[in-house]
Amino acid sequence: MYSRLTKALGAATFGSALALSAAATPTLAQTPEYGGELRLVVGSDIPSYDAHIESTFGMIHPIRPFYSLLIRVNPDNPSSPTDFVCDLCVGDVPEPTNGGKTYTFKIREGVKFHDGTPLTSADIKATFDKLAFPPEGIASNRKAYFKMVESIEAPDPTTVVFNLSFPSGTFIPSVAMPFNFVYSKKDLDEHGYTWHQTNVNGSGPFKFVEHIQGSHVKGEKNPDYYHEGKPYLDGYMSIIAPKMSVRLQAIRGGQADIEFRGFPPKARDDLVSALGDDITVQESDWNCVLLVTPNHKVKPFDDPRVRRALSLALDRWGGSEYLSKIAIVKTAGGIGFPGHPISSTPEYLENNIAGYGRDLEANRAEARRLLKEAGHENLKFTLHNRGVDQPYKVVGTWAIDQWKQIGLDVEQWVQPSSPFYATLRKQKNFDVSLDFNCQAVVNPIADISKFLPSGGANYSDFEDAELESLYVDLLKAEGKDEQRELFAKYEKRVLDDLASQFITLWWYKINPYRSYVKGWKIAPSHYLNQSLENIWIDAAERKRQLGG
Amino acid sequence: MASLDTQPRSTRDAMGRRGIFDWMIRLARRQPLGFAGGIIVLLMVLMAVFADFLAPFDPEAADFTSMLVGPGSVSEMSGATFWLGTDQFGRDLFSRIIYGARTALTVGFTCAILGSTLGLLLGVASAYFGGLFDLIVQRIIDVFMAFPLIIMALAIVAIFGTGTDKVIIAITIPFVPRCARIVRSSALAIREMPYIDAARSIGYGHMRIIVRHIAPNVVAPFLIMLTAFLGEAILLEASLSYLGLGVQEPTPAWGLMLQGGAEEYAESAPWVPVFPGLAITIAVFGFNLFGDAVRDALDPKLRSQ
Repeated sequence: MYSRLTKALGAATFGSALALSAAATPTLAQTPEYGGELRLVVGSDIPSYDAHIESTFGMIHPIRPFYSLLIRVNPDNPSSPTDFVCDLCVGDVPEPTNGGKTYTFKIREGVKFHDGTPLTSADIKATFDKLAFPPEGIASNRKAYFKMVESIEAPDPTTVVFNLSFPSGTFIPSVAMPFNFVYSKKDLDEHGYTWHQTNVNGSGPFKFVEHIQGSHVKGEKNPDYYHEGKPYLDGYMSIIAPKMSVRLQAIRGGQADIEFRGFPPKARDDLVSALGDDITVQESDWNCVLLVTPNHKVKPFDDPRVRRALSLALDRWGGSEYLSKIAIVKTAGGIGFPGHPISSTPEYLENNIAGYGRDLEANRAEARRLLKEAGHENLKFTLHNRGVDQPYKVVGTWAIDQWKQIGLDVEQWVQPSSPFYATLRKQKNFDVSLDFNCQAVVNPIADISKFLPSGGANYSDFEDAELESLYVDLLKAEGKDEQRELFAKYEKRVLDDLASQFITLWWYKINPYRSYVKGWKIAPSHYLNQSLENIWIDAAERKRQLGG
Repeated sequence: MASLDTQPRSTRDAMGRRGIFDWMIRLARRQPLGFAGGIIVLLMVLMAVFADFLAPFDPEAADFTSMLVGPGSVSEMSGATFWLGTDQFGRDLFSRIIYGARTALTVGFTCAILGSTLGLLLGVASAYFGGLFDLIVQRIIDVFMAFPLIIMALAIVAIFGTGTDKVIIAITIPFVPRCARIVRSSALAIREMPYIDAARSIGYGHMRIIVRHIAPNVVAPFLIMLTAFLGEAILLEASLSYLGLGVQEPTPAWGLMLQGGAEEYAESAPWVPVFPGLAITIAVFGFNLFGDAVRDALDPKLRSQ
């Protein structure tokens, strides 16, 4: 069953992934060198160390190298949405049994957490229990990804069995998510489910050395790492630099080697123009979309007419053309990764979803009519936004300009990452917020759980039984046609009928970095392939570029 | 010599104009720097007040057909000229700088007036009441003054959040103890004057003595602090906005314009950071010169020289 499902989904996604991924930096087969420290710059602080509740690169980039996963996207082929390999399991990623409802993983022996505790199947079970069935009051951002999981068993120290309530093609990609850090059961039992928010104890290629708040995170090579010969680096330093100009100049001036999230087109051009061959550039479409999240508990955003009007005002096609010159956004699309076989085509969106029609004046006339009908012609509200320039503040400023053109008066309220999340998750005192759905593995069915009221990461604060039911149907859908049909229904419900949230533009990933950094391959997500274990430094080239 | 009343109106007006003109010439000769500062301040005020008439474009309206065009380019949409070029959203820099003066002056004047007035009241009250009250107030002031202005403002923004109103609070609070400390030292001397004792002896209330008899006599240091605060407030607002903690897009504010422009476009479109940077420099320079001139005029020692 799994084969059939993955083949159906895989065959469909593979072609598009190949077409979409422009990860076009062919690396000559060089022998990796050992040693050196990688200096990466990260444009965000760290809200917490707990990947189970976080969705930000600000956590993944500095913290992911400390942890292991059960399975992962193949680090040698990260642009493929279907190439998964074992990390803590042994052999190949298992095929399902019991009519697609049982997955049995054999766990690698001899793996130890950094505190010396042996890693067994009990740790895997405890980790996925926390992810899929978090206790009351404990958050799990990807709980909805594991809706199909009925129970998890650890019959012996090297075996983990996942029992599903129904066969699902999204199970394996969900398990491969880079946010599924494997935690020690001992830590969870002794310190509780929130301990990992402020403490690190993983089994990954690097060991935690220090985190100086607002400055850097440092990691050193784990000599007991279970993937033979890895990692190549002696360590790494993740430098926190929220300002893009600082990150850019750090690479240009040789104070940093790489930035994994991505730079805008202008910065790429400046770096290449200044440093020529000393810079390598990899580019790719990005499984990341910036969306608008109205707070349904705040009037008048409880009124679908008002939300729909906000969506109708956005000129997505024009925005794609203009903003792609100044920001890391490019493609106008629906809720699914653009170009993926089950995602809606531009033609479909144009004709069926509010705000995608090419006749901008008609869209805006309809928006004004809806606002008038709802009694909010001169609506004034605050757009809550994240204090990160690219692309949040750029797209936020663009959206405000778009809304102004239908007579709305919008102010921007910008918060640094930690309070931004706190506002979305706890205070919930915003009118409308810019939000994002950045996913790792390109797996549209799992990715769109972001729009599900019960999904754990939907901050609109509403309930809709029809949407929940559609999502369950979608998870159970087996054929590509059925998936596409249900996907379109779900999308229409989100973007058009309810306008519960709506899309601005999809991101585009541009990674210029020092050419002595080798072994890293771009993926359609800035979350993927971030364990750093494959990266090595060409020492001679580094010396040539930086001296010393 | 004929009196003014017997002169025809046109002659009187001409003499009046010449009188103002002569006075300005004398002022410019006596206080050339202060005069220049005053002119800059006056121009800024006019720019802020008449921004709606002076700005050729809506400062917040994006024109994506004219992104990052250089000074002197013409808008494809309206045919009007972008005198100082446009930013990454195609917004006219000249218009944003004109409206930016409004933001700068709103923040500058509000913070300076609020900060120095509250400081005046606190300083006079502290000096007047003395004793334990004075001791407590001065120790609290010591705590506030231990922090550099920008650090204190950053801390307050971190508590209250971003936005023009929050920036005003963040800048005003550190101004209060600074003004209070200066005013208190003058008020301590005034408190010992016989007329204050006389006022007390005939039963005037504390508030009346403070407001009617002490405060007017510490106006000189108050005005000096107020004018000094103006330039500081403008610079602080620009600094906070530059750090992304002050005024937010799309509001036109010089520091904010510098933030977006200086970072990404300093090389390829230098007009984006250069003009707002110049505006900040000239404004702060003007207010400082003006403040110095006010101080010179109000300080008896300097005046006698």
